[in-house]
Amino acid sequence: MSLMKLFGFRGGLHLDYRKALSTQQPIRVAPVPPQLILPLSQHAGAPAKPVVKVGDRVLRGQTLAQPDGYVSVPVHASSSGTVVAIEPRPIPHVSGLMAPCIVIDTDGLDQALPEPEWTPVEDVQALSPQALRDLVRRAGIAGLGGAGFPSFIKLSPGRPVETLIINGAECEPYITCDQLLMAERADEIVSGVQVILQAIGAPHCIIGIEDNKPAAIAALRQAAQRDARIRVAVVPTRYPQGGEKQLIQALTGLEVPSEGLPLDIGLVVHNPGTARAVWRAVRYAEPLISRIVTVTGGAVAQPQNFEARIGTPMRFLIDLAGGYVQAPGRLLMGGPMMGFALPSDTLPLIKSTNCVLAAAPGELRPDDDAMPCIRCGACQEVCPINLLPQQLYWHARGKEYEQARELNLFDCIECGCCAQVCPSHIPLVQYYRHAKTEIWAGDRDQRKADLARERHEARQARIEREEREKEEARARKKAQLAARKAETPTAEAPPAAAGAAAAGSDPVAAAIAAARAKKAQAAPSANADDPVARAMAAAQARKAEREAGSASPAAPATTGGDDPVTRAIAAAQAKKAQAAPSAGADDPVARAMAAAQARKAERQAGSAGPAAAAAPTAATDDPVARAIAAAQAKKAQAAPAAGADDAVALAIAAAKARKAARDEAVIGKDPTDPT
Amino acid sequence: MKRLSSPFLPIAPSVAGVMRDVLIALVPGIAVYVLLFGPGVLLNIVLAATTCVLVEALVLRWRGKPLGLFLRDSSALVTGVLLALALPAIAPWWVAVVGALIAMLLGKHVYGGLGYNPFNPAMVAYVVLLISFPVQMTAWPGLQPLWQAAPDALSGATALDHVRTQLGLQRTLSEIGSDAPLGLVAGAGWEWIALAWLGGGLFMLARKTIRWQIPVGLLLGIGLISLLFWAYDGDRYASPLFHWFSGATLLGAFFIATDPVSAATTPRGRLLYGFAIGVVIYVIRTWGGYPDGVAFAVLLLNICAPTIDRYTQPRVYGQRRGAPDA
Repeated sequence: MSLMKLFGFRGGLHLDYRKALSTQQPIRVAPVPPQLILPLSQHAGAPAKPVVKVGDRVLRGQTLAQPDGYVSVPVHASSSGTVVAIEPRPIPHVSGLMAPCIVIDTDGLDQALPEPEWTPVEDVQALSPQALRDLVRRAGIAGLGGAGFPSFIKLSPGRPVETLIINGAECEPYITCDQLLMAERADEIVSGVQVILQAIGAPHCIIGIEDNKPAAIAALRQAAQRDARIRVAVVPTRYPQGGEKQLIQALTGLEVPSEGLPLDIGLVVHNPGTARAVWRAVRYAEPLISRIVTVTGGAVAQPQNFEARIGTPMRFLIDLAGGYVQAPGRLLMGGPMMGFALPSDTLPLIKSTNCVLAAAPGELRPDDDAMPCIRCGACQEVCPINLLPQQLYWHARGKEYEQARELNLFDCIECGCCAQVCPSHIPLVQYYRHAKTEIWAGDRDQRKADLARERHEARQARIEREEREKEEARARKKAQLAARKAETPTAEAPPAAAGAAAAGSDPVAAAIAAARAKKAQAAPSANADDPVARAMAAAQARKAEREAGSASPAAPATTGGDDPVTRAIAAAQAKKAQAAPSAGADDPVARAMAAAQARKAERQAGSAGPAAAAAPTAATDDPVARAIAAAQAKKAQAAPAAGADDAVALAIAAAKARKAARDEAVIGKDPTDPT
Repeated sequence: MKRLSSPFLPIAPSVAGVMRDVLIALVPGIAVYVLLFGPGVLLNIVLAATTCVLVEALVLRWRGKPLGLFLRDSSALVTGVLLALALPAIAPWWVAVVGALIAMLLGKHVYGGLGYNPFNPAMVAYVVLLISFPVQMTAWPGLQPLWQAAPDALSGATALDHVRTQLGLQRTLSEIGSDAPLGLVAGAGWEWIALAWLGGGLFMLARKTIRWQIPVGLLLGIGLISLLFWAYDGDRYASPLFHWFSGATLLGAFFIATDPVSAATTPRGRLLYGFAIGVVIYVIRTWGGYPDGVAFAVLLLNICAPTIDRYTQPRVYGQRRGAPDA
């Protein structure tokens, strides 16, 4: 094998690997456990749908659940027995939640289907790529490296692939399942590689292995001799060499684009265990019903690797490994750097379980207290992605998630190097995970809110348009009326209650407030002697159940007139903050406008308000007084408005009536003029 | 936040370990200091360090922080020792005590304690002292090696002082080059202490207690600008060697500017930060009115650290080159 140029990757750590613990014995085939627990979701994507019922007898290799959607794979029976439950059970997952599982009480016969569900393929090369993918999907193969992504999808690149990379780095401490598999089943791995190359149409394969696995390197080199397309590349042992992005960089010098896939640079990466499973599925028609798993840790009597059936309870394997020598201080699935804690050892082995680590007390780090960050930058030096972990932490801790995102939070692979070197013992990765979760949740909420707002705005626009049309019709009518009454300075008494009028002799101020509501509304009014008078009354009524959402501020404010001027503004606001009050007075004029808006018909039926809303007016002697009253209400609204020239002040109160029982407060204001 | 998730491996480094390394690295320099200038500096160290630790304990208690956890980190001890090393060894005892109070209260705990101070606490204290008590703060001891029975003089000019004064008197550097305070290259006695700081700094680099960027940047900064002016007029501008080994350049480069809390944090940022400190030290020494410029330069660049960080972010894996930084 010729020397291959290696590129290496940034950062990383040398760790205490403790792999020798579990490499003292060859892989041992675990017997059938009394019970199998098969989660419907052992892969990334949608859970499979059960096709068996409780009480069914099932045989080894039989499909128990079919994929649901594209990103999904089936689940098969790992042995023969009876389905005793299809129900949520605790599964090994970061969330620690329960998920639906098919539970089989095995019968010990381990009876296989008389005919496999598909035909074993003698001549693999005769098969089309599509046929291969179908087989791989039917076999329920999801990445055995840990992420559990459905493998058939990675066999359907949809674009030319330059190189297949087999990730045999296995850089996590403790874990040795790939190492032993490569050493003991190198032929099957190479055969699987050939199948995958055929499926993706790639011309080359590089198998990357860390240099601390000489037996695996030797075995694979030997096996790979029969295919010139396959090269074995030995990479230095450094965590996280087995990170997909890091291995790609080390082997090819290329970087997977941010938020992209290896496929974007013409690469596909698979785990050696996956390659073997692909081979067995195609050649022997075996679905993925077993895998190699490392059972290790200081609490386990004889740490070792098992070929165990999917669904085997972890405790069963630990007992096979001699049981506990002491109560474990911590139980993990996966390695100590990227694995997660398990609540108990009764959880089942799933397709992505590469390691069950039962650590002795004190073997792993204690839950000590974190010190403040001293910004030493040790984290930055080891980050394989070249992030600024210290600054990410700062923002994540301060809940400044946007800044964290700008600092490329989502490029973080959560390898844990930063936390591993932090002198302050800050659980950095935990902060990043939390920040990611918060951002995802925020994005989701934002999308929902946007949708709701769009709906709301559309509705508002429609209501406003309807109102406008009505108002225009009314204005036309009023103009005709005014033409008839021209030049008579009289005040009209409003037909219904609550109209108030005030006239002052001198420079008079009048304030009128009319507020009305079916159920007792207040109508404040105010007179100010001198030349000033102001009054405002805004009455608002809300529908109770609408209040929360609509939230328009209660009453609009007032202003003071300068000289003898008074202005009053009364704004009445409608349910959804429509009403557009405005007031402008030119010289000594005060005008006020209140717009009140009606509600939807069906809501208003009950609301009172005198049929014809109030129209207060005001008159003054000398100059002219004009009163404009605009009354609007589809079914009960009041919107008085008045303007006076001289020293007149008018107040306008708008009262709105709403559905009876829903009425809310009234706000009347009597601003006092400092003069 | 309790640790609920990975990684789970035990962690070797600790804040206390970092601080302990700094203290160890200071030992050679302090030893040479005592050897050449007498035990006065030890008194300052004891006074400042004790005051710092006591104040730290009091404030921690007052703020309801876990005493044991935070006292064990030795950060107060380091601040006290660094402050003491910045003081003239013959300063009155209360200078060290007042300085320690300022460092811990105004330099550290008003901002929230360890990890939250934007400025180097020891330098805050030094500058306050220098401005408040200029007489006491500029009286430096004369060379009085332990092996000589009688000291030459109680106090003496430092090389930086001497050069500034003499240049002011229109003498040239070649004329004053052989004056007593200048020693071999940059100050009688002081240059040896500087050499010991350098040794301690290399130790910290080897231990990865500090990163190379700040000291290298600083020495480059002051070295390049002094080289420029020295080449222009060697009679009026001192050589890079003089600037490296005089005053607090090396102490500052390895022990003060490297205080991680108040420094820039990105790799390029640290280089820039160090370089700028070096340049500012030179400017203050050459055209300013203070005995040395390290404290001012460090504080000035402390202010700039967040901005430097912002504009020196490294390219992240998989991000396109030239993509916007933030």
